[in-house]
Amino acid sequence: MTEVRKAKTDIGPPHYEKMLPQIIKDNYGKWKYHEYIKSGVLKHVPESGDALFSVRVGSPRLLSIATLRDFADIADKYCDGHLRFTSRHNVEFLLSDESKVEPLIDEIEAMGWPVGGTGNSLNNIIHTQGWIHCHSAATDASATVKAVMDELFDYFKNDQLPAKLKISMACCLNMCGAVHCSDIAFVGIHRTIPRINDEGVAKGCEIPNVIASCPTGAIRPNPKAKSVSINEEKCMYCGNCYTVCPSLTIMDAQNDGVAIFVGGKVANTRSGPAFSRLAIPWVPNNPPRWPELVDAIKHLTEIWVKNAKPGERYGEWIERIGWEKFFQIAELPFTDKHIDDFIFSVPTFRTTSNFKY
Amino acid sequence: MTDKKRPMLDELKKGKWPSFVKEMERMEEKPAVKDLLGLLETSYEDKTVHWKHGGIVGVTGYGGGVIGRYSDLGHIYPNVAEFHTMRVNQPSGWFYTSDSIRTLCDIWEKHGSGLTNMHGATGDAILLGTTTQHLQPCFNDLSDAGWDLGGSGSNMRTPSACAGPARCQNACIDTLHLCHDITNEFQDYLHRPMWPYKFKIKISGCANDCVAAVARADFSIVGTWRDSIRVDQDAVKEYANGGYDIFNMVVKKCPSHCISFDKETADFSIDDENCVRCMHCINKMPKALRIGKDTGATILIGGKATIVQSAFLSWVIVPFMKLNKEDGYAELKDLLERIWEWWDENAKVRERVGELIYRKGMRTFLKEVGLEAKAQMVKHPRANPYFFWWPEEINQAASSDASQEAAADAEVK
Repeated sequence: MTEVRKAKTDIGPPHYEKMLPQIIKDNYGKWKYHEYIKSGVLKHVPESGDALFSVRVGSPRLLSIATLRDFADIADKYCDGHLRFTSRHNVEFLLSDESKVEPLIDEIEAMGWPVGGTGNSLNNIIHTQGWIHCHSAATDASATVKAVMDELFDYFKNDQLPAKLKISMACCLNMCGAVHCSDIAFVGIHRTIPRINDEGVAKGCEIPNVIASCPTGAIRPNPKAKSVSINEEKCMYCGNCYTVCPSLTIMDAQNDGVAIFVGGKVANTRSGPAFSRLAIPWVPNNPPRWPELVDAIKHLTEIWVKNAKPGERYGEWIERIGWEKFFQIAELPFTDKHIDDFIFSVPTFRTTSNFKY
Repeated sequence: MTDKKRPMLDELKKGKWPSFVKEMERMEEKPAVKDLLGLLETSYEDKTVHWKHGGIVGVTGYGGGVIGRYSDLGHIYPNVAEFHTMRVNQPSGWFYTSDSIRTLCDIWEKHGSGLTNMHGATGDAILLGTTTQHLQPCFNDLSDAGWDLGGSGSNMRTPSACAGPARCQNACIDTLHLCHDITNEFQDYLHRPMWPYKFKIKISGCANDCVAAVARADFSIVGTWRDSIRVDQDAVKEYANGGYDIFNMVVKKCPSHCISFDKETADFSIDDENCVRCMHCINKMPKALRIGKDTGATILIGGKATIVQSAFLSWVIVPFMKLNKEDGYAELKDLLERIWEWWDENAKVRERVGELIYRKGMRTFLKEVGLEAKAQMVKHPRANPYFFWWPEEINQAASSDASQEAAADAEVK
């Protein structure tokens, strides 16, 4: 057997200074203002009077090394070899020469990569792994995002929305993304209780951890089977027990699907960060293009575009008109699913006779 | 390996948005990617996932950074029977050179599927899919080239930061420097899971919070200032003369109603005592308004997604911290160590720090980590009269008299 060579550990990431273009090194911390030149193009101006241009390109997050090498070539051709990525999966090409901005846009768009997603546009959808690589996904991520972005493509390309629109996606309640604080959030959910494989639980799971994992106290020991039992009336299908114990299968192809929430945001601007709230409890998993989901998100987007005042984020619009009006305008049924019945529910109930019809 | 048709995936190559299926097909010469495409088509047919829970795989010296992944259809798609993910710690602010990208690509071509996520939700560059035997050689090559793995499991997760002073006039702190500094300072916590659960740190240079620190991190650092917004009156006039509706788009939307604006003279003034520094006016008139000069950060704690006790937004624990580069951010690091120590000693398995504070109470948290209660920490004080007192706050003599009397009474009865 050949000896396994050990790598040097704990070296940390490469230093960011090595990654910065000269114009940024020269003007680090001395930026004065920025402006939107056109959709997808930012101009940052420092005290020195230089100008840095960033061209934002939408990506599906899943990128091949073939494409990354293409991006590297583009960066060499136009940006002295400099690019960055954003927290929402965009690629940004960093140019110090304004005359190269349009040629770069022409070339990258000809390759099929859209420029946009700045200012009052639909920002790229931040999303999770889905069926490509996650074990706990209740829906797919890449396909749902692709289908939604295809439909709302023009909103990414143009920046004429009332305000910015951030749509986010998570494929289960673990929510590896800021899904719970987005203008429109869609998340994979389960609707049926886990199926218990007693033998598997007995062999492979730490029962106290399984019991502790349940937010509603629905899991009890089943000493006879050296396993657990689940109280159907208490289980809210969160899947946390499945995360700690694979023998509690929660996947249910016929009943899993997607819930849609609206009106959240992460920035402190005006009002503070806010959670998104439930608009549509369930649409089915309908691969490959999830038409019910796409229609729902398109509809939710369009009513906001039509009714919001300039500068109003999704949640600010609803705050102004009231949730009861929102459901009316959206022509969505308001159901018992919309009324919270988890541990922080009571402060969400209306305690005044001030409301609209 | 099978050569079946993929009608569902073919549908996802249509449309204007870049197709992830086309990305996968660009690497289809790799057997693992061919099988991944087949597996995904099967998932679309079955409407469900075909991955099992991860097993324990990793590289020598680390307990995290690799996510083990196995397919439940390994008998049909043997090349994705093992398909582990490696998390590579991104450079601060996600800045890259073309050569650094090519280096990563070359390593991943040699050792893995050639598929990546740029980037994962926590911030790492994700190398998507390889086999157990490739993990150590891949890590060796990464390390030789100056790259390291990020966090996974019950450890400090890879910290991330906005573009900060590299490209933003609103950066109240050097987010990139701070992110790099604490990532390196706490390498042990990043690579060797030893805590009750995950701990995420995110750093935003201003209240716009471009990395969603308050929504997504257990420990949220958000840049702010203590003095006044800098106003360039001439630039305000230019906005006004250019037809910008300053009154409706800026003044009326100020949450603390602290801007006065004379439409005739275009005189613009801010009552900074009452400004809450939400960034709205600065965002809307970036050429005229700038952040203050006495800058630092607000520190918040507890943010997380729904599992288990509900989603929390981080809440304020230090209204303003100066964050001195000169002393290596000593105050911040000291606070982090105190928080980790308390959390590590008191939390249950898989209990995030915010959930522990919820269970134990803020008063216990503040006392244990040595912070003072401040009005900035709450939206409003409590409405219920159920509050605790510390023993030293009570007149012990009186209460022990009372309990002796009660005991005597009980004996008489």
